[in-house]
Amino acid sequence: MTAIAPLNRRRLPLSDLTRLSTVGLRTRKLRAGLSALGIAIGVAAIVAVLGLSASSRAGVLAEINRLGTNLLTVSNGQSLTGGTVDLPTIAPGMISRIGGVQQVQSTGEVIGANAYRTPYIPSVDTNGLTVQAASLDLPPVLATAVAQGHYLDAATAREPVAVLGAAAAQLLGFDRLYPGERIWVGGQWFYLAGILKPAVLAADIDTSVLVGYPAARKYLGFDGHPSTAYLRADTDQVIAVDNLLAATANPENPSEVNVSQPSDALVAQADAKSALNGLFLGLGAVALLVGAVGVANIMIISVHERRSEIGLRRALGATRKHIRTQFLSEAILLALLGGAVGVALGVAATAVYAHVEHWATIVPAEAWAGGIAASLIIGAVAGLIPALRAARLSPTQALWSV
Amino acid sequence: MTSPPPPTPHDNAIAARNGSAIRGARTPVLEVHDLAKSYPGEPPVQALGGVSLTIGPGELVGIVGPSGSGKTTLLQLMGTLDRPSSGHVRITGLDVATMPDNEVTYLRATRIGFVFQQFFLAEHSTVLDNVADGLLYAGVPLTERRERALDALELVGLAGRPRARPTQLSGGQRQRVAIARALVGQPAIVLADEPTGNLDQATGHAILALIDELHRAGSTIVVVTHEHAIVERMPRKVEILDGHIVADTGPAADADLGPLDERCTRAPQRSPRTSGSEEPS
Repeated sequence: MTAIAPLNRRRLPLSDLTRLSTVGLRTRKLRAGLSALGIAIGVAAIVAVLGLSASSRAGVLAEINRLGTNLLTVSNGQSLTGGTVDLPTIAPGMISRIGGVQQVQSTGEVIGANAYRTPYIPSVDTNGLTVQAASLDLPPVLATAVAQGHYLDAATAREPVAVLGAAAAQLLGFDRLYPGERIWVGGQWFYLAGILKPAVLAADIDTSVLVGYPAARKYLGFDGHPSTAYLRADTDQVIAVDNLLAATANPENPSEVNVSQPSDALVAQADAKSALNGLFLGLGAVALLVGAVGVANIMIISVHERRSEIGLRRALGATRKHIRTQFLSEAILLALLGGAVGVALGVAATAVYAHVEHWATIVPAEAWAGGIAASLIIGAVAGLIPALRAARLSPTQALWSV
Repeated sequence: MTSPPPPTPHDNAIAARNGSAIRGARTPVLEVHDLAKSYPGEPPVQALGGVSLTIGPGELVGIVGPSGSGKTTLLQLMGTLDRPSSGHVRITGLDVATMPDNEVTYLRATRIGFVFQQFFLAEHSTVLDNVADGLLYAGVPLTERRERALDALELVGLAGRPRARPTQLSGGQRQRVAIARALVGQPAIVLADEPTGNLDQATGHAILALIDELHRAGSTIVVVTHEHAIVERMPRKVEILDGHIVADTGPAADADLGPLDERCTRAPQRSPRTSGSEEPS
């Protein structure tokens, strides 16, 4: 009985199977293309959504890396009773003595002082701007720089001179800085020295009007307590420094000091998945489903139209399994074709958008591999019933009812 | 290419299963015994009622009968495309009734060639590949399939156009391609169902001449038709009516009656040529 085994294993070589499974696609190209389109769109949507979110994350991370991840901030916290606890005035000096700290800069919020374009602006229209006393080397520590004009220096820090954060300049209506330009701060004119570029790592600086410490004391009644200290640590010492900061900044009440690493917050933000992603993934899945129905439909029609071919193949000695395999692989091939086009479209969309945004193009392996795998499974499922139908067709019915 | 192929291990396996070894060259190529077929219905339709027929190697047999006589059913059963309600079909001594579907298809792939009225050629592939497809399911590699297809095309006089598409050919040429496809596997028997049914008279005669030529070269061929003129002077003529054989001239004693096409040309046209499809009777 074992001698019969080769008969049962009479199997078409892969080359023949490939040729057979492209018969339908080659003879009806337009139809094949259209029916693969649904799957292509679905896969493209999914690949593009995953690719774009991965690329945007990579873009943000690259930006963070450029800005440095070794920036730590120490800010005044709250006491048990809810009141703000000021940092000691010596806190920046203390912090700078921790090993591994490269540079310390600080700002102190000037309570009660608001900035206006002119004295005639109603006092409630503060634009949400804060007035801060700032130390003299603040921009480099925040990885930002002056966009126009100059930053504060030892001389201007003593005079009624201010530097605007990027958003503050916009809110006050300064596009360009002309000599002699001034703003109304805390009841007197302050001359503008410069405007800063956006500070990604310290967004509150963007909406601040910065003045020198001495000027703040002299003109605005500032008490001299810093509210936030910004420091750069050696990259390999960041954690060690982090652990020492609270106790160093305020040895009396270490628990009333907030220590944070701004880059962490940005990374978390980059990782947070947009709600729109879910929506687009869902739409992609629906397109895939519709595509699957399209492929199944086309295959059923194809089986019906190709009855004589099926009958002839049976007459030439094809087994039911040969017929089943032929039509199943045709459906899989059709879906794979759609999947491949979809991956290409999705990658192209990602690449174009990433290029525009100056991100690196990243398409996660699970996106394109998943797209291909999904279309393979869809093809197999959608092709199953048509293939079974084709195989069930009796040769006499197929040949003599044409 | 004329005698049944030498037994392969597969054949022996089939033969062993059937309780008989491959017999000698005198074994009938096709034997049907008490073959009956009825189709379900109210009442059931009796298409064939107890037909027995033995066809030896090298015979050319014309089976003739009007529509509904059961001749197409007989061809389907002889070609193992359908299973009989009762009775036996033996192809080169192998009883089809006891074989699983898998082995029957292998039998078709290796021992039976079909020629149909509608040709059934694949329009998207070349003449050569259409013919080569006759060997697709016999487990022959592609290059060998094409080589043998060229040989078969030579037999039918189309060796010059292997790269042509069927759509570029005339009806007669298409039927020649279909005949080449039936012959390419060197089958023990070729079954032709109304091979001239879709062709004009002159082309039909040319096809009959080809069939005659192939017969002279040793092929075993059965032609099923409703046209008496076609089978009139074939070496053996079997007439079927209402599911029974009503006349059988018996195996010819190797008589040479002259070329078949002339015989047909001389024969009177008894029935009008119909090109419509034959309902399975």
